[in-house]
Order: sequence, then structure tokens, then C-alpha cells
Amino acid sequence: MEPFTTHTGVGVPLRRSNVDTDQIIPAVYLKRVARTGFEDALFAAWRAEEDFVLNVEPFNRGSVLVAGPDFGTGSSREHAVWALKDYGFRVVISSRFADIFRGNAGKQGLLAARCEQSDVELLWKLLETEPGTSVTVDLNARTVSAKDLTVGFEVDEYTRWRLLEGLDDIGLTMRSEDSIDAFERTRPGFLPTTLPAPTA
Amino acid sequence: MGSTLAEKVWNEHLVRRGTGDEPDLLYIDLHLVHEVTSPQAFEGLRLADRPVRRPDLTLATEDHNVPTDGAELPIADPVSRTQVETLRKNCADFGVRLHPMGDSEQGIVHVVGPQLGLTQPGTTVVCGDSHTSTHGAFGALAFGIGTSEVEHVLATQTLPLRPFRTMAVNIEGTLRPGVTSKDVILAVIAKIGTGGGQGYVLEYRGSAVESMTMEARMTMCNMSIEAGARAGMIAPDETTFAYLEGRQHAPRGSDWDEAVAYWKSLRTDDDAVYDAEVTIDADELTPFVTWGTNPGQGLPLGERVPDPETISDEESRTATEKALEYMGLRAGTPLRDISVDTVFLGSCTNGRIEDLRTAAGILRDHKVADDVRMLVVPGSMRVRQQAEEEGLHEVFEAAGAEWRQAGCSMCLGMNPDQLTPGERSASTSNRNFEGRQGKGGRTHLVSPVVAAATAVRGTLSSPEDL
Repeated sequence: MEPFTTHTGVGVPLRRSNVDTDQIIPAVYLKRVARTGFEDALFAAWRAEEDFVLNVEPFNRGSVLVAGPDFGTGSSREHAVWALKDYGFRVVISSRFADIFRGNAGKQGLLAARCEQSDVELLWKLLETEPGTSVTVDLNARTVSAKDLTVGFEVDEYTRWRLLEGLDDIGLTMRSEDSIDAFERTRPGFLPTTLPAPTA
Repeated sequence: MGSTLAEKVWNEHLVRRGTGDEPDLLYIDLHLVHEVTSPQAFEGLRLADRPVRRPDLTLATEDHNVPTDGAELPIADPVSRTQVETLRKNCADFGVRLHPMGDSEQGIVHVVGPQLGLTQPGTTVVCGDSHTSTHGAFGALAFGIGTSEVEHVLATQTLPLRPFRTMAVNIEGTLRPGVTSKDVILAVIAKIGTGGGQGYVLEYRGSAVESMTMEARMTMCNMSIEAGARAGMIAPDETTFAYLEGRQHAPRGSDWDEAVAYWKSLRTDDDAVYDAEVTIDADELTPFVTWGTNPGQGLPLGERVPDPETISDEESRTATEKALEYMGLRAGTPLRDISVDTVFLGSCTNGRIEDLRTAAGILRDHKVADDVRMLVVPGSMRVRQQAEEEGLHEVFEAAGAEWRQAGCSMCLGMNPDQLTPGERSASTSNRNFEGRQGKGGRTHLVSPVVAAATAVRGTLSSPEDL
């Protein structure tokens, strides 16, 4: 996972609350075997509507999603985070996130930044009056800035540390690689291995 | 204070004990892989440019999607075919041993591990499948994991986990003839409920368990998950050692002696304390069948379909009403009067050689009823081969049953073996959820003994009815 310190990109105003994971990615896309390539599945139903924000230039190049409260409710599907990342989003801003979604996001390197709803409104207004406005998200300072506007956001300390260090669960465990190596040296010799495969 | 069996195995696998909010880091001795829950895990490794840390502790088979007739043909369903082809590519790319369709060792992952001797006492075993609890029959700590965890084990051979609680399930006494470990576990689940085991490792113990074969123990541990438990375990004993000795991956020579000495220490200490305890009287048990839509909705075969009117708890009454409606059953009907369309003998619960022998023993000199179809699906190609060497396939075919190739098959209907809407089955599998065996299908969970007798009579039956 790449470390996340600051990110600057086009902000996308999504004036909807309770964006559930079925809206983020419908169940029909879950039969796939890949982990990437879900960009076409993101908000699939809404993208069929011509005036949906991601169908409009320059929002279709966006990487900072500014959404209404209760983002990511519903199922636990990890695909919701994959779809947002595959589309190009690095940050989702909302005043409230569903727990499982927030956890999944942190594991996959997508920053779920919690802002006051009044600040979300200010961002929406700015992004709608001046489409294409760049938004800078600074994880060290915990700020979101666009033009003259700067607002704070919250993210839990553990997730922040992991994002700054670029550590996913596996990366974190591999910090203990020495302990794993040491443990492996103590495993009894009678334990089975699957390789080399016996020849018939 | 002493330790329980589960605690002993846990402590032997601690790479690092967690402090504060941090979980323990547990080493995994054996990782079993199949085509459904692994593709995104391998993809994750590719994206992060990570190898499989220990391909030599990893084994893959194709089971969930595979057709059980015509293994030599390409899979007709494109989604199933893609999953199987993806597994083949992933195993080739990452150096993982795979037993594909057509291979003599192919089969259901939970049948293959034990029969190769890879599942051993005191080991930790994981797989992206909830029925991994099967392997606990050997005194292994074995449990199902999700796709992210599959990736984590592939990359690190470890898992960050918080310790499980322990529950003793004491099964004392002697099972009557015709009563099997399947009846025992269905009775356990009916007693503690489908959520009764949540967060626990169930340790089955007592004289009835000690006299069970390894196959019977696997059936019981397999369904621990249906009580909501993380795992099921049984302390290894002479029965376990006898089963393992001489198997392909069992230790040999001085390794064997060293292993057995260690395995003998894997017993719960006399002064250990479980977090919970339940007791079942084996002497009292009779064949058990489910009437509803979860594995906890079961009763002895001699009983009648329950009457929701007599249930005072509202939630339970509503659940019963809903289940009877889905199952198309009337309250008060004797369970023995319920007629079935299909009998399924197989799955990771009851698809082993002993299960096939038991059923064949009952079907010999009988015919499957005219309007009943019976599918016999061995749990692995090796089970199939052994059954053919013993002539069991001839018994099944002579009785009018279909003799198939190995796979998960009608247990979950991911392949073409499915029930049609409204079709009713007596099934030796593990889940009677709505639509589990096919959309609108109605499942009664039964033992291989009841399955065979039911096939002959056409209604839920035990051999004494024949």
C-alpha cells in the first residue's frame, strides 16, 4: 500500500445522503474474479442518468469525493472500496461513515475523512460554483483546502498512522517478519509439507 | 490452572502475543485453497508484488463449482469455468500444488486434507470455507476465513486474531445401532441453537466420542459452524493415530515416534476450565432430522412437525411459521410421513468412504423408490476409487442411484446439481437454508443411514422401517 501524506485532485460534490454499498457497487458485479477493474461498476445505476455528476466534465476526472452523511452503509462487500479506488478516488469526505465501510477503506488505502456537515456544505457550494476546483487533503495536518477555504477533518489515530506509513494488514504483519522467521525455525521437523508434490 | 486442548494449540502457534488493542499473531501450519474464495486474494498479492510465503504449506483443489458428471468436459457455466481457470493460473503462477478436476486426488478440500495425512493433531488449519472446522476431528485448530484473510495467510503464513472462548460438549454413553455422529451433532445444534456456539471452539468429549471412528468425528466437527462456533475439536487418541499412520504425508520412522509423543500431550488438563459446558446423553439419542430452514430446527425422526400455536415465544413462533410455509409442511404431520423427491448422499459432512459403506449396506437388496432420484457423490476421487474397489458403486447403481464424480455438488448447488423450486430432498449435507440446494428447494438434513432408508421408502425413514 502506498503511503498517504497529502493528495490534491479534482473535488466531486455528491449531494446525496445514505449512499449504501448497493449503490456504490451493485451485487451483480460481485461474481467477478478480479480485484481491479471495478471502475465501470462504481455507482452503476446512477451513471445511467445523463446528468449524474460523474457524467459531467470535469468531475469525471475527480479524485476527492465529497458526499452526504451516512456514506457506505449496507453490506460488508470490500468491492465498494475497490470500485472507488479503481475509478480514481483517493479520498471520500462525509460527515458520517458506516463502520464496516470505514474499516475496509482504511485497510485498502482509501482515506475516509470525517468533516462537519457545515463544512461539507461549504465544499459543495465551492465545487458547484467553480467546477474543477482542486482540493488538497493533508493527512499530517488533518485539513482539507480548496481555494481560500480550509477545514479540518477527523480520522482515527490507528488508521491515520497506517495510512501515513503505507501499511496494510499484511504490511503491518510483515513488520514482524523477524518473529515469523524465528518461529518457523522452531517448528518441529515432523510437520507436513505439501511440496514437493508426490509423483503418482 | 491447566489449559484446554484449544488453548494448548493456540499457545504453540503464537508468533507474537498481542498487547493492548493489538491481536495475537498466530502461525498457520496448513492453508487449503479452492476456486471460489481465492481469486481476489491472489490478485491482491499480484497488485502488491508479493509472493506466497509458504507454497509448501498450501494446497489447492477444485470442488465448489465442478460438475459431477463428465469431469473430462469443459464446464458449461461460464462463471464457474472462469473461477476454475483462474485458480489454475494462480496456482501455476505462485507455485501452489493443485489437484484439478480429473486428478486422482481431486475432491472436496475437507476430504482431501485428511485423506492425504496433511491434517495432523495440534496443527493450525485454515481455508476460505466455513466447514474448515472438519479438521478439528484430529485435534487441529481449524477454522474458516474470509478472502482478505486468505490473502493475509498466503502472504505471511500468519493471522492476527483474538483468542476464542472454549466450550466443552460432553457426549456420554453409547449410541444405539443406526444412530450416527450426524444425529449427535444435529441434536447438539438443536439444543444450543444456531448461535449458541458463537465465539467458541467446541471441544467434543466423553465416552461416545472416544468410541467414534475418525469419519464420524469429522462429521461432527464439520457442523460446529452450524452452531455458530469458530471451530470444533476432539483430542487425538489411538483412533486418530491409527487413521494417520502410513498416509502419504504422515510422519515416518523416528519422526512418527516424536509426533505421537507430542500428540499424546494434546488433551485438556484435568484442572482446566472451559468458558461454557453442555452435556448430551448418547444413550437417549435416536435418528435426527431437520424439518425447518436452519440446522437448529431438527427433531427425532419419531416426532411430528412442530405446531407454531404451541410456541409461546413470539420470535420462535414466527420463525417456525415462516419455516413451515417455505418447507410446505403442516403442523402435526409425523416426520416419517414426509415424502421426498431427491436423496443426496455426499458433501464434506458425509461424503467419506464410511458414509458410502453405511448407505450401501442398507441399499443392498433394496431399490430406490420409483419416484425418487438418489445422487451419490463421493467426497473425493480417492473415496470414489476406494468405493469402486469395494464394489459399492454396483450396489448404488443396482438400487437405481446415480454414481457421480467428486465435488461439493448438491450441498450448495454451485454446479448443475440443484433442486428445482418446490422439490424436496433428504440430504446428508450441512445446511437446510432457503434456496441452499437450488432456488425454492426444500432440504431435510439427515444421516447417511436415514438417507438410504428414505431413498427406499420415499418418505423420511430409518432402517427399522424397511
